Amino acid sequence: MLISFTFVNMKILCFGLAAEIIGQREYIISDEQPSTVEALRGHLLEQFPQFREYHPFMLAVNQVYALAEQQLSSNDEIAIIPPVSGG
Amino acid sequence: MMKSLSYPLSVVDSQIDIQLKAEPLSVMDCYNFVVDEHCGGIDLFVGTVRRWNKGHEITKLEFESYAPMALSELKKIANHAKAHFEAKKISIHHRIGTVGITEIAVVIAVSCKHRSAAFDTCAYLIDTLKEKVPIWKKEYKVDGSYWVNARP
Repeated sequence: MLISFTFVNMKILCFGLAAEIIGQREYIISDEQPSTVEALRGHLLEQFPQFREYHPFMLAVNQVYALAEQQLSSNDEIAIIPPVSGG
Repeated sequence: MMKSLSYPLSVVDSQIDIQLKAEPLSVMDCYNFVVDEHCGGIDLFVGTVRRWNKGHEITKLEFESYAPMALSELKKIANHAKAHFEAKKISIHHRIGTVGITEIAVVIAVSCKHRSAAFDTCAYLIDTLKEKVPIWKKEYKVDGSYWVNARP
């Protein structure tokens, strides 16, 4: 009997300074995926201590600024939004 | 930055014209969009790249955006302005990619029945753009480059 399951990686888009700190444009989390926005923020601060200098940085879920307690799923489009500077 | 170019870069209807452009911006394009026979006041804001920032000489800027979210945030802001300030038409063009000294980084045009609402709407749009829209500028100086507002 073939048992198959799909495991979906959590993919996080990185822009500007975030891409510079992480060293890539997409950051992938495969194990122990954070279940909330705040947990993801904690994960990033732990993996990339440089983010502490910019804490609290914003995160977006499905192209909308996310609240700390918001739930995350690997189907969401998640992005790190460092301090903006357009105009 | 090249990645974001694969997204749609504009949201346009009969009253709102929002574009992220990799080519030089045209003030007249924005002006022409907002001209309206019900409006007696058109306000324009043009943001340009200056050579000097805090005593340092800038050689160029580079704008990066999270294009789909930038467009949706700009659309929200424009819709709010239309409802709150009674603006008739709004055009916002923002440059992305490399921009030289004195070149235009952003153009905002708004038409209203009277001038006071046009001034207020234009100020609201540029202030809110700078605060909320996911666009980032990197300054290039003779001695290096860094993301603006991002230094601790």
